[in-house]
This record gives sequence, C-alpha cells and structure tokens, in this order.
Amino acid sequence: MASGLKIAIVGGGLAGLAAAMKIAEAGHEVDMISVVPVKRSHSVCAQGGINGAVNTKGEGDSPAKHLDDTVYGGDFLANQTPVKRMCDMAPEIIYLFDRMGVPFSRTKEGLLDFRRFGGTLHHRTAFAGASTGQQLLYALDEQVRKWETQGKVNKYEGWEMLSLILDDHQVCRGLVAMNLQTLELKSFAADAVIMATGGPGMVFGKSTNSQTCTGSAVSACYQQGAKYANGEFIQVHPTSIPGEDKLRLMSESARGEGGRVWVPRQDGDNRDPRNIPDAERLYFLEEKYPAYGNLVPRDIATREIFQICLEGHGVAGENQVYLDLTHIDPETLTRKLGAILEIYEMFVGDDPRYVPMRIFPGVHYSMGGLWVDSEQRTNIPGLFAAGECDYSIHGANRLGANSLLSCVYGGFVAAPSALEFAKNVERGSTETNGIHEAEVQRQQEINDSIVKNEGGENQYKLHEEMAKWMTDNVTVVRYNDRLKATDEKLLEIQERFGKISINDSNLWATQAVPHARQLWNMTHLARVITLGALNRNESRGAHYKPEFPERDDENFMKTTIAEYSDESPVLSYEAIDVSLVEPRKRDYSSKGKAKSN
Amino acid sequence: MSTNGHIEKKRLENPPAKFKLKIQRRDKEGAPIRWETFELTYRRNLNVISALMDVRKDPVTADGTKTTPPVWDMSCLEQVCGICTMVIDGRVRQSCSALIDDLLLASGGDTVTLQPMSKFPNVRDLKVDRSEMFDHLKRVNAWIELDGSYSLGPGPQVSNELAQDRYALSRCMTCGCCLEACPQYGDGNYIGPQAISQARLFNMHPVGKIDIDERLNGLLGDDGITNCGNAQNCVQVCPMSIPLTKSIYETNRDITVNALFGWLKK
Repeated sequence: MASGLKIAIVGGGLAGLAAAMKIAEAGHEVDMISVVPVKRSHSVCAQGGINGAVNTKGEGDSPAKHLDDTVYGGDFLANQTPVKRMCDMAPEIIYLFDRMGVPFSRTKEGLLDFRRFGGTLHHRTAFAGASTGQQLLYALDEQVRKWETQGKVNKYEGWEMLSLILDDHQVCRGLVAMNLQTLELKSFAADAVIMATGGPGMVFGKSTNSQTCTGSAVSACYQQGAKYANGEFIQVHPTSIPGEDKLRLMSESARGEGGRVWVPRQDGDNRDPRNIPDAERLYFLEEKYPAYGNLVPRDIATREIFQICLEGHGVAGENQVYLDLTHIDPETLTRKLGAILEIYEMFVGDDPRYVPMRIFPGVHYSMGGLWVDSEQRTNIPGLFAAGECDYSIHGANRLGANSLLSCVYGGFVAAPSALEFAKNVERGSTETNGIHEAEVQRQQEINDSIVKNEGGENQYKLHEEMAKWMTDNVTVVRYNDRLKATDEKLLEIQERFGKISINDSNLWATQAVPHARQLWNMTHLARVITLGALNRNESRGAHYKPEFPERDDENFMKTTIAEYSDESPVLSYEAIDVSLVEPRKRDYSSKGKAKSN
Repeated sequence: MSTNGHIEKKRLENPPAKFKLKIQRRDKEGAPIRWETFELTYRRNLNVISALMDVRKDPVTADGTKTTPPVWDMSCLEQVCGICTMVIDGRVRQSCSALIDDLLLASGGDTVTLQPMSKFPNVRDLKVDRSEMFDHLKRVNAWIELDGSYSLGPGPQVSNELAQDRYALSRCMTCGCCLEACPQYGDGNYIGPQAISQARLFNMHPVGKIDIDERLNGLLGDDGITNCGNAQNCVQVCPMSIPLTKSIYETNRDITVNALFGWLKK
C-alpha cells in the first residue's frame, strides 16, 4: 500500500522544505515541525550562492571538477560517492530553482550568471544578489505552501522536537514535540522521521548561526542511539563581524567579487586605512597563495588571519584584519553585494564601499552531524537526516556555496529514501502498545523537574560559560591538554545543570524551559565535539593541532563516530570511500595549484 | 570626514554610563498591560537584542524589583528573518538592527521604549502571532505553478533588469512593518501591501504570469486591494526598501486591464 504514508520532518529550512516538496509531490503527507515559521529558518542567512558546474563561462568546468574541488577542499574525509552524486545533481537543482522563479542574477544574454567562490578556479556559483539562501528558501517555502493549501503538508510552527519515539526494536515511530506557547507536549506518529534541523552553532554561544541553531533535536536523537559523525569538524568562517549578540557573517562573495584581506605592514600603524599606501599594506593571503589569493578555502584563510592577529599584526593590535572592497566601483558593489554591505553598515556604521571592513573569524558551520549512509539513512531504522545536521558531504572543511547545494541534495535524497522505508516497514500495532504516551510522559517529567528545580544556577550564565570554553579551546587551534580540561568543564556544567532555577514564574510562552532543554542537549554535543577533537591526533581541514601539524591518512583518514553512553561518548572510526579521487596532499600555494584542475 | 561623497555615521559624542530600557509587558493575550523599566550598562555596539539579553539574564527592574524575563522573538539577528520586529521608540522595525547608540542619539533622551506590534495578537510581552501574513500568501497563490520538481532544464531566459526588479520584491521577509504602519490594516479589513507585492512578484515572472487571474482574484474581495488609502506609510517603514506602493499601483493597473479586456479571453 503506497498511498497514505505520513512522514514527519523536523526543521523547515532548505533541506526540510526540499524533502517536504518531494514527499507531497509523490502523493504522501508531511507533518512539519519547526521552532519558527519555516520562512524564518536559518537558511535565509546564507548569502553567497549555490554551486553547480553548469559551465556557462567557457571555462571547461564539469561536475567531475566540482567533485574534485569538494573532496580536495574537504581534505579527504568525505565519502566520495555521495559527493559525486551531489555534484552531478547540482546543475539540475539550480535549473529547478530557476524554474521556481528565483531571481538569480543574469548575464547580458539573460542566462544565469555565476561568480567565483573559495577553493575553486571556476565561476561555479549561481547567486541572487547577496542573499541567495533567503531566495532559495523562499522558493521552496512557496512550493510547500502550495502543497499546504492542498492538504499535503501540515505545518506545526512554534513546536520544538524533544525526542524520538522508538519501539521495542529501536525503530523510529514518530516523535514528541513541545508547543512553545503552551508548553503542551504532543506525540507525532509517523512512518518515518527526517531530521533537517541545521547546525549547533549555539554550542559556541556567539557564532554566525541563528539563535535557533542549537543542535538540540539532533542531540536528542544521539542520546537515543543515533550515531553522530565527525563532530570535531567545526568550520570557523574567516570573515565575520564581531558583535555583542552574535558574529555576523561577511560572505565569502565579498572576496569572490575581488575583496582583499590585509593588515598594515607596520604594527601599530594607526593611520586611517584609506591613507595607507599599497606598498605599506601586507596582503598576506595573496603573498602566500598567489593562485587562489584571497579565495583559499575557509579553514586556511581562517588560520592565516588568526595567526596574523596572534602574532600581534592585527589592525590596532587587536583581533581584526581589513577586508577591503574600496578599490571596486561602488555601483558594482551595490549591485552584486548590496545585501551584505548593508549588514555591515547597519551594525558597524561604516560604509564598506568607502571604508575597509574590520573582520575576524567566527564559528560558522558544522561539517559533522548525524551519521547517514548514502541514502541519508541514520543507523536508527525509520530515522533520516539531511542538510547541515547530517555529516555526509563536506569532510573536514566545507567549500563556500556547497551548503545550500548539500541541503537541497540531502532533502531530495532523504525524501524518496524515507518513503521507500515507510512502504516496506513492518507496521505492528504501535498505536496500542502505549509507546507514544510513555514517551510523552517521560518528556513531561523532564519538564516538570526543570520547573521545580531550585539551586540558584542561572541557565543563561551557564550557557555563556560553556560557550566561552568551547570558543577558546575547541575552534581554530586545539591543544590536547586544553581539550581535556574542556571536557572536565563540560562535565561540571552538566552537574551544575541540575541546580538551575528557571527565573520565569509565568510558564505561558516562557523561553526558560525550552532554553534549559536546549542547554542540556548542547552540553552533550559539546562533549562529542571536544572528545572527537581530543582523540584525533592529526591536522586535517578545520581541525588543527600544532602538536600534530600534519595530516595522518594512515591513522585518521576515517570518519569519527560517537555513540552515546551514560558516562561518555564512545568513539569509533570508520573507513572512508575514496574510490573516485585518489587522496593527495592539499596545497593551495603556487606549487599545489597546477595539480588540481 | 567625507570621501567620495560618502558621509560618515554620527555617533553619540558623550555616551552615558547607563541607559534605560522601558518595556511594555503582558502576561498573555488579553491580560492587562504594564510597564517595566530596566537600567543597563551602555556599550557602543549594543543593539536592542543584546540589551534584552542582558535583562533576561538578570530580570530586576530599575527600582530593584525582581520580575520575570521579558519574552520576545529572535533568530537570525541580521535583519533577514524578520522575526524580531517590534515597535521601538514608537517606530516599527527589527530589534536586531536597532542600535542603542542610534536610538539615544535620535531621541536625545536616556530611555529606549519597546512595545509589541499592535496589529497582531499579542502572545506575551513583545511576542506577536503573525500567521495571518502567511495565510494571505495562500490567498494570492504566491508561487510559480510547476509541472513537477523533476529535471526539466532551465527556466525562461529573462533580462537581468527584470531579475533585479523581482529580486527587490523577493526580499520581503514577512516582518509585518508595512502592516503595522498602514492605517487601513487591521481587524481583517484589508489584505495589505505585503501580499499585494508578493502577488506582483509572481505576476512579473514570464511563467508566473500564466496564473495572473488567480492571483488578482485573491485581491478583489471586500478586504482587497481597493482598501489601500494611499497613505504611503508602508514604503517608508519597509526595512528592505521594497517599492510597495509601486507594487500596489502596478497590481491595480493589472486588475483594471483584466476587467476591461478580461471578457475577450472568455
């Protein structure tokens, strides 16, 4: 019986909506659970574009080169078969969005325009101004709204997933979610569940992520037996705008359109940057990497900027370098980068068309996530994952403009895969044996204990403390002694969590109870990230240890897999599929350039 | 200092050590309104969200009374998700991009006042429920009808000029500023500029045009486009600078043309 299947999708960003559209189109029903109205999901923050080797610029680009750039940029940690499938699908994904009416920038002939992005020498990135994520998300939001009017998609916006409902055979039968207004708990029975909840940036407190990116629901899956892979691979974006409440992203497209990164050659040179002559500026990325210049992959650019500042060469001796667009015609900048330049001007006050921006690296993206196979299946039967919350595509470092692509790809693969499972699964009388009610009860008890607890700990201060430890010790440069100390700190924070007193006596629409639940889940992901980093004694992509500066393929060209246990995450390693591109040393300096493409 | 006609931003010259945040509180929909004032430490780059975060951490009013943490919505903090919209010193806008420095400079005072939007159900404190805006998008069929999402090659070739004009409309983040500012909007009597402009976005597309009748129909009812009173508040408060009045004008014209020549199609 093929009709009448119900799939629950958690998260209404690009990946979740992509899956929802495919399931509805196949004639089945979707329950979509999202903490915010789906049109406000974090995908809107993606700026630069979406990659696809459409090769309209006469550069001889191809999906094979896109594959090579992606696995090479990812420092050979991704299983290559799904990456190939994604790169092959990329041009048709872009064309589909074109048909949905996304206002992509066009060429004179009226064709799709493409820009250059990091880690490639080709113009491969389709873009809609500098808010491509927003535009792609809206296109899917619109298509899914159409299915909503036809009764195929039921949205539960303002609901947060708390846990999976697993039967006696550890098969996923649905989930429990909480209404964020009433705190009502409800079970959602489903023939399969797709996780599409994005990344865990809030583990680091201030990041480029939205406030909703806690990783909480994914952590709940992990604590219920889902494998979490490559948690230690956290991308720190080279260019963000430091702020009180968050680090705002300054898109890679700023460099794609010609932006140059520099510091004054003379430390403590306090002149207005516009008055510092070219010869007295150190364009450190261009000097070290003549071929790629400012468009080296993110992990490399981040480490170089970090290092320059660490050595005291940052602008005004502080943790900041210039990202300079002022040599480009202001009108061109407005047309190609308007949206992101507005963000800078709005929050900093300077107009980047005329004044070099001051930027610093910020936590941006998790390459790690729920372990999935090449059909987006997790190890829990009936549970699927797509988008940033799955680990499968980006290896040790993600290339710019591959995230929007991997979201849509993941959703497009997860949807038929979930339907295939749902059609074939043996369905017992799970409704009658009480597992749904039992899980709701279990979750209610957790909520009750959070409300009742009295111990004087402040949940927001506890969150800040965890975030500071994670940012200081588990981002750009990692040392084993500090990683060990961080894990001890995390254990202490977990213990103190039991003593938090929520400071809200009004439970209607309270944010204290949901935040407490997210915080608990974040501490578990923090441990997975930290211990994964501690155990990986090499440097690869975004994971860098001065004590082990080289990549060690023999011991570590493997996926880290973390499984939950009550004491500590249990780590194991899985071999990588390198059947398509032979691993080679990553080198973006002039020497290495000739080798790739 | 000015270079190339670029004017540098004004900042508070003598910033205060402390400032006040005055917040309109309400325990739940229908409950009475009360006001609470909090005193906070000034920092140069503080925005309204960071100020609210300070209060949430330690909710004690300026006169030392312990209270509940104020509830508000926030997500992207980059003025692109639209969720954190509220009325700040009497003007509707996103709280993430409202800098305390600018607000104090503009008011000349020491207090920033926060209220929820008034045109939508007030869930609690500064949080409102804007689901009606998404319902309006359903009424105007704000999407392109596809044969299917499978591979069918590229979309129609269009000029970059048209793409850019549509991009300007497509940046609408459903924040509701235009509706809050519109004197006609409220109590279900007018669909408002947001939905009209989104209808226009799809009517401008070569394929979207095919379904123009359905979209215009969604704007013809008692609460339809004719309720626009031409106050032009919408276009002034739109944080994305969307040409909303132009969308209303063009859509009105489309409706007239359809009414005049519609019978020819029958």
